[in-house]
Amino acid sequence: MKHSISVTVNGVTHEASVDARTLLVDFLRDHLHLTGTHVGCDTSQCGACTIHIDGASVKACNMFAVQADGATIKTIEGRASNGTLQPLQESFKEEHGLHCGFCTPGMIMSAADLLQHNPNPSESEIRHALEGNFCRCTGYHNIVKAIQSAAQKM
Amino acid sequence: MTPYSFTYHKATSVEDAIAQLQKLGDEAKWVAGGHSLIPSMKLRLSAPEALIDIQGLDELKTISDGGHEIHIGALSTHRSVETSSLVKGKCPVVAKVASGIGDPQVRNKGTIGGSLAHADPSADYPAIILALGATITVQGPGGSRSISADDFFTGMFDTALEDHELITRVSVPAVGSGAAYAKFGNPASRYAIVGVAAYVEKDVHGTCTLARIAITGAADTVFRASAMEEALVGKPFNEASISAAAGHAPDESDMLSDLSASASYRAHLCSVMAKRALMDC
Ligand SMILES: Cc1cc2nc3c(=O)[nH]c(=O)nc-3n(C[C@H](O)[C@H](O)[C@H](O)COP(=O)(O)OP(=O)(O)OC[C@H]3O[C@@H](n4cnc5c(N)ncnc54)[C@H](O)[C@@H]3O)c2cc1C
Ligand code: FES
Ligand code: FES
Repeated sequence: MKHSISVTVNGVTHEASVDARTLLVDFLRDHLHLTGTHVGCDTSQCGACTIHIDGASVKACNMFAVQADGATIKTIEGRASNGTLQPLQESFKEEHGLHCGFCTPGMIMSAADLLQHNPNPSESEIRHALEGNFCRCTGYHNIVKAIQSAAQKM
Repeated sequence: MTPYSFTYHKATSVEDAIAQLQKLGDEAKWVAGGHSLIPSMKLRLSAPEALIDIQGLDELKTISDGGHEIHIGALSTHRSVETSSLVKGKCPVVAKVASGIGDPQVRNKGTIGGSLAHADPSADYPAIILALGATITVQGPGGSRSISADDFFTGMFDTALEDHELITRVSVPAVGSGAAYAKFGNPASRYAIVGVAAYVEKDVHGTCTLARIAITGAADTVFRASAMEEALVGKPFNEASISAAAGHAPDESDMLSDLSASASYRAHLCSVMAKRALMDC
């Protein structure tokens, strides 16, 4: 059975019909073609699929699209406007917070969740907040620096 | 990874959640935060034919002051417990346990009711719930009842919940001090390889009059370390008595053994973590 859902993603409302078992991350990537949200582990460990649902960071591989009916969603595509990067995105670039970039959308969505609750986090608070996001390239050091630098700019 | 097909239903009230589960039969399940159930459905270890989503039941999300206890609604997320000023003020150890579950994204979705109902042998909440002697309130087709934490955890992924019984709230005693939790977590998932929760009471002379020590992650289910408890009660509560009590490690043959830790290492960790928790009490 198909379910009709209505979700607002990055300010645009989408009406769609989905199977109950369609994962939210697959809905975003395959139905809405928002491929900035990545699938790394597909087992809710790595955080590459992190998005915001009603303002809170969530792993989109671990919920069904039908459960997002009525929700307001923000993905990495909703951050820059008209090609202008937000401070967090800029800082990742300046501080070399990414190598291959696979983890970066999730890192930025997690960092944004942290900064909205704690605008001036310590290094250890940043590391604690990133426990759900894995990076296989950078060794995390420059990611932490990027978030510290973004916090100062914001 | 896509799970097997299922039908999806939303519950509109506690009564409706129970009625729908009865109607949809044995292969139906409630879904709360989905952070235990959905991973196992994706791995096809679990294949419910129907999911009844209870996330919309706002009446199960409140955290309220009951005087000598705090009532935590079953659908309170780990994050809402971690950040609740009531919990932080009146039972800080529970907020601390919540803040160490998984990671921020897991805490934004996972719920206390789901964690207790699932009764994962490595979950954090069962240890503190048992150490504090909390009460779990459940509602079923015939009405509601209370289950003490001592009776609740019956085995691996097994609890005293009867068919069609929904956890509605967890009542934890308001314990300002004397309680602590020390976990040796899996570095990837943060689940407890061994986690020890302790609650102690002392008299005016500093003698330990009550000790409740609960260990998660180590065995099939959370359990009370009675040998450690007995070794403490009646003794002056100090580092020497704590070390001696914590030395009563559980029997290796009762310990789990897996990729993360062997049975003998787990038994050793029980002592190490118990000492850390008790020193923090
Ligand atoms: C990456 C990752 C890391 C994690 N790390 C930890 C950790 O470090 N420590 C830890 O303790 N846990 C950890 N968890 C588990 C997490 O805390 C889960 O949220 C929790 O165990 C289950 O809660 P839920 O609300 O998600 O339940 P669900 O997954 O929705 O449900 C689990 C089971 O409980 C039943 N159920 C749910 N609510 C109720 C209710 N109110 N009454 C009766 N039955 C109910 C459901 O039918 C289902 O069978 C982790 C999970 C993930 C994905
Ligand atoms: S893809 Fe969702 S957590 Fe890894
Ligand atoms: S930059 Fe490659 S995984 Fe993080």
